[in-house]
Amino acid sequence: MSGLTRDEMAKRLAHDIPNGAYVNLGIGIPELVAKFVPADREFIYHTENGLLGMGPAPKEGEGDPELINAGKRQVTALPGAAYFHHADSFSMIRGGHLDLSVLGALQVSSGGDLANWSTGGPDAIPAVGGAMDLVAGVKSVYVITQHCTKNGEPKLVEACTYPLTGVGVVNRIYTDLAVIEVTSDGFQLVELSPEISFEYVQERTGAPLLPKQENAS
Amino acid sequence: MLHKQIASTKEAVADVFDGATVMIGGFGEAGSPIELIHALIDHGATNLTVINNNTGSGEVGLAALIKAHRVSKMICSYPRTANSTVFPKLYHDNEIELELVPQGTLAERIRAGGSGIPAFYTPTSVGTPLGEGKEVREIKGRNYVLEYGLTADFSLIKARKADTHGNLLYNKTARNFSPLMAMAGKTTVAQVQHIVQAGELDPETIITPGIFVQRVIEVDEPLLESALVAAGETYP
Repeated sequence: MSGLTRDEMAKRLAHDIPNGAYVNLGIGIPELVAKFVPADREFIYHTENGLLGMGPAPKEGEGDPELINAGKRQVTALPGAAYFHHADSFSMIRGGHLDLSVLGALQVSSGGDLANWSTGGPDAIPAVGGAMDLVAGVKSVYVITQHCTKNGEPKLVEACTYPLTGVGVVNRIYTDLAVIEVTSDGFQLVELSPEISFEYVQERTGAPLLPKQENAS
Repeated sequence: MLHKQIASTKEAVADVFDGATVMIGGFGEAGSPIELIHALIDHGATNLTVINNNTGSGEVGLAALIKAHRVSKMICSYPRTANSTVFPKLYHDNEIELELVPQGTLAERIRAGGSGIPAFYTPTSVGTPLGEGKEVREIKGRNYVLEYGLTADFSLIKARKADTHGNLLYNKTARNFSPLMAMAGKTTVAQVQHIVQAGELDPETIITPGIFVQRVIEVDEPLLESALVAAGETYP
């Protein structure tokens, strides 16, 4: 049993974003979501360094080093785009104007706590960027991540051991093995990846997983 | 006649004093006033507290200022970036202090400081290590941390175009922190690619009104941090 690839995870998440949503994509796997917008929908991408209407990377030689995304890579501005300063950008974030934030994770707890900015190690240079603002203010927070670490440790846990980004902020988790909703009762299975069993996911999850509710969407 | 144009970058930073707090615009290289930073290195002011989102890359611009041991404290949100080696080394050697601030809180602290707001409550960082030790207040059933406004003795920023009154227009995502830092700096110096006479800019399009800008200096072809780093350049 292998589960979804990164691209397939991103495609699965993109399927759940409604038409017209204002979306902030974090660095890494979240960036892949932009490749899989369903044909009948339009999402407006926000990048916290000051652009709404972010488009893909420019063609070779056509970029502007002053038109970049939060990962400091060159991007383009689509028709209808707008530039703004950082206070406006984070007013959009904290003020609840963005519909969805898609983030990577080191750990997510069954209560929806997120740890994604620091391992807390003595040699780590702490760096947080906009992650704490995003989880504090955006209407929905979706995490997209491998279900386990490279060493096979669960990333979905009872309580995070890494420093927190936010408390009780994650709504949904998209992994290579499953889609999981964070509810007041803990992790609730929404969907298993093809050929993946409930037991297989539970064994790799560090907290109880509630089975799928058959009548739920 | 009001005329804020300064002849040289040297003159533009000549009164930066030891121990000053200096805000430097830019998000990575986008909006980094690299010529003003290099002039500040030449000028020699030291023991500076610098406020910027990052800590520079390679050994040019902000990274060069840090490497020259002119900065005793950085206030920033993301001190590690690709090609960022200078700050991590000094930080590990305990030769530079770091105040880590969430990016949106950093922006709002600068806006507040420049707007006469001494402090504000924000939901960002509640229940995390960056909220520890801060005053928490429950407002309408939700917890918020108290954050203080930031001001600076000098703000060094980059813009695309200015007029002689200091009204500014920016380039794309290079705008980032600069309009906020312009408000929060006692003396704000803007390096711009093109300066026109007052009256030539459409008042409807101005992003930073000139009241927030004390000096403008024309640098028509600014250096690019990434190009310098790729070429292995160092400063001085």
